[in-house]
Amino acid sequence: MTKPLIDIRGVSKRFGAAMAPAVKGLSTTIGPGKITGLVGPDGSGKTTLLRMMAGLLLPDEGTISVGGHDTRESAASLRRDIAYMPQRFGLYEDLSVLENLRLYADLRDLSKSERENRFKLLLRFTGLEAFTGRLAGRLSGGMKQKLGLACALVTTPKLLLLDEPSVGVDPISRKELWRMTLELAGQGIGIVWSTAYLDEAEKCTDVLLMSGGKLLYQGAPANLTKRVEGQTFAIRNIQTDRRAVLANLMGYDHILDGDIRGHNVHFLVETGGASPLLLDQLGAGKGAHVVATEPRFEDAFIALLGGAASGRSPFMDRSERPHNGDDTVIDAAALTRKFGDFVAADQVSFQVNRGQVFGLIGPNGAGKSTTFKMLCGLLKPTSGTARVAGLDLRNAPSMVRGRIGYMAQGFSLYGDLSVQQNLDFFAGVYGLSGKHAKMAVARMIEIFALQDYLTTRSIELSLGYKRRLALACSVMHEPDILFLDEPTSGVDPKTRREFWGHINALVTRGVTIIVTTHFLDEAEYCDRVALINLGKIIAAGEPDTLKAEVRTAELSNPSLEDAFIAIIERAAQEVAA
Amino acid sequence: MRPNSRRIFGLARKETWQIVRDPSSIIIAAFLPLTLLFLFGYGVTFDPRHYDIGLVVEQPTPETGSFTASLINSSYFQVETARHLQDLEDKMVAGELKGIVVLRADFSRQAFRGDTAPLQILVDGTDANTAELIRSYVQALWASWLRQELLSNGVDFRPPIVLEPRLWFNPEASSKNYLVPGSVAIIMTMIGALLTALVVAREWERGTMEALLTTPIGRWELLLGKLAPYFVLGMISMVLSVATAIWLFEVPFRGSFLLLAMISAVFMWASLGLGLFISTISPNQLIAAQISILSAFLPAFYFSNFVFEIDSMPVALQWVSYIVPAKYFVSTLQTLFLVGNVPELIALDTAVIGLIGLVFFGLTVRKTRMRLE
Repeated sequence: MTKPLIDIRGVSKRFGAAMAPAVKGLSTTIGPGKITGLVGPDGSGKTTLLRMMAGLLLPDEGTISVGGHDTRESAASLRRDIAYMPQRFGLYEDLSVLENLRLYADLRDLSKSERENRFKLLLRFTGLEAFTGRLAGRLSGGMKQKLGLACALVTTPKLLLLDEPSVGVDPISRKELWRMTLELAGQGIGIVWSTAYLDEAEKCTDVLLMSGGKLLYQGAPANLTKRVEGQTFAIRNIQTDRRAVLANLMGYDHILDGDIRGHNVHFLVETGGASPLLLDQLGAGKGAHVVATEPRFEDAFIALLGGAASGRSPFMDRSERPHNGDDTVIDAAALTRKFGDFVAADQVSFQVNRGQVFGLIGPNGAGKSTTFKMLCGLLKPTSGTARVAGLDLRNAPSMVRGRIGYMAQGFSLYGDLSVQQNLDFFAGVYGLSGKHAKMAVARMIEIFALQDYLTTRSIELSLGYKRRLALACSVMHEPDILFLDEPTSGVDPKTRREFWGHINALVTRGVTIIVTTHFLDEAEYCDRVALINLGKIIAAGEPDTLKAEVRTAELSNPSLEDAFIAIIERAAQEVAA
Repeated sequence: MRPNSRRIFGLARKETWQIVRDPSSIIIAAFLPLTLLFLFGYGVTFDPRHYDIGLVVEQPTPETGSFTASLINSSYFQVETARHLQDLEDKMVAGELKGIVVLRADFSRQAFRGDTAPLQILVDGTDANTAELIRSYVQALWASWLRQELLSNGVDFRPPIVLEPRLWFNPEASSKNYLVPGSVAIIMTMIGALLTALVVAREWERGTMEALLTTPIGRWELLLGKLAPYFVLGMISMVLSVATAIWLFEVPFRGSFLLLAMISAVFMWASLGLGLFISTISPNQLIAAQISILSAFLPAFYFSNFVFEIDSMPVALQWVSYIVPAKYFVSTLQTLFLVGNVPELIALDTAVIGLIGLVFFGLTVRKTRMRLE
């Protein structure tokens, strides 16, 4: 057994006496030369633990030593041995790629003679050779991430700490980052990779699974996945509405988790609870059948956390007017938007029918948000038209706009207002008043379980609760059409399930949803998706159809992410040819 | 750990690039000083200029004519005449006239008797300063007119004392000459405190500080690397301001430039120290900006003898002024510009500024976080 690289002993950390501890009584060791994934739900203490390893925070109790240096006693020697990439990559946006590199080389006291070779190596490694003079602020998300990594690696560290390196980065860049990290691990560097994406965690040598500041599991991800073997199933050939099937399924107590993957519904049952399901009770129609499936790491993760939030979304049970019909609700016709010479959206056309979930998918900077803003009437198209409910939203009367709900990317609520105040404010904005407003707010509090947080300032909420509140604010006026911009980016699977539980319930009642995402698992919930790259739609259709298109002998069961990468690479080859 | 020059230079170079590329630091360092100088050089002045007053002549006589002429010919007043007070009262109420001089019907008879006043001055007391000025100007004019009249009538009038004022250091009594040097101090306070507070807060806000702190950089290296470029920037801005003051506003400079450079450097360090201290206690740029305006700019403005007379403030406030470095700097600057080298005064001021700087630095070094909490 090799000497551990990181030795964590009985570490606890608490921010403020009133708060629950972020990390409590955690002990473990992490070895060199491998990638250790740090996973857990939002707010489980991942970032706190990572910052303690970097010596940026000191534990209240216990000790952490890295390569034999205690983070409290020998911080200076510790800092020579570690490299740390924070969530926003730690780059100076008004400095060029080379200037950023040079700064970190100076800070790490790299001599002039060594520098040239090192820079050459790093630039080749990250594929940034052609961009040395470009300001970091002008790089795409994926390139920023690579530059952040290069800056962390100007001298070879013993330990590389990455805090959610792939948030806001497209699948292709994610794949490349993974390749680079593997290469580093091969050189004997220890890597700790904190992530909310479980497909990344699945590829790590080891994972540390945290929840509520405690370590729930440490070991190879495959061993954890094995624990739920025989507990995972899929319902295939569903002839009715799969969202309703899923909602019915989640009503059973022994179902720990369920989600939609393309045409099918996957689910996870309790240990020993593999009782045969009565398919006709689920309303899946004749011909639907249940098959056992290979478990994924995600299933094991959710099982370990005690299952996804069970039960039906309260939206499901409400007996308000359903919005029926099959008419086209959203119509984008040759939407084009130029910023100077740059074409952000190029002849984007698609239609969405009532009661559908439509996904706009693509890497950062592909033109998703531009298209989205034109649809919402926030941005004037250079040419083409965007019609929502038959009207151009830019000059639609406010009555029409009142039928739309919009949940913006990131955090768009008033951080200094409490949860209750935000709800009241948005009720007012949507023209609800008096008894109506009170009822709408009370209903949102109930549906999204915000009761305990009413007086909390919304900036202090955890990410999952922030997204809940944002959704509550955008649906309280019962819109017919809901725009969601990257709704669950960075959120853990448990929270995402719950979120989509609400969305699915709304869809069943006839609400039309249009969603942008670069997170491919989210796209599985869509009825139809359009892949956008470099401002153009390069493929559109049902998720399962897109996946089928790229099925090959060696890739028998492609994920949507595989499909996405294959289609973009194919498009790039066509451009090159 | 010994400070490492490569790290300090690396950081200083980075700051320099950021200054050069960020329009806001150029605005603060070049545009703000020039704006302030022009404002104080041209816009703000405490010299009297053409007050609008009314003159009521109830009974025109040769004497009233001569007094009217002396009022009109003085450079202080813009005079509007009328026969009755009622004609002008409304204008005074409306604020169009700042004062009214009334020459009574018996002006000529009473004028040379010397026992009663033959004229009445009504002034708008809203602005006490202006009111007082108008009163004393009219009084002075009256006295000189009276003397002239008596002399031309062959009466040898000899007032008990003849005042012949001589103004030292600022013979033209131009407020520009002391406002412009004073504003240089305000400018340097702003650059030192505001700019420095903003840039450090920005590092925290953008998450770059987190990456910086995991490198082997030490406390002193961090502080030195950050300060050096802003020190240079502040000194450039100082040269710009002084050059503008001397060449454009023609403020005399009677002291030595070497002394000026030395005390400016000491003041700059105190100012930067304050800025750094503010940045260590502000979580974001907005708060950093607010704190530096409140704790650097406003005190420098109020408690530096620049515009407001410290001697006429309540005692408690006078005590506050002692910890404002700008007070000492303004005093030195006004001395260097208008008087010349006064070694004792300048040495004392420099020592006090240096001491204040030392306190801020001590606090900053102690408060500078090398971790996230």
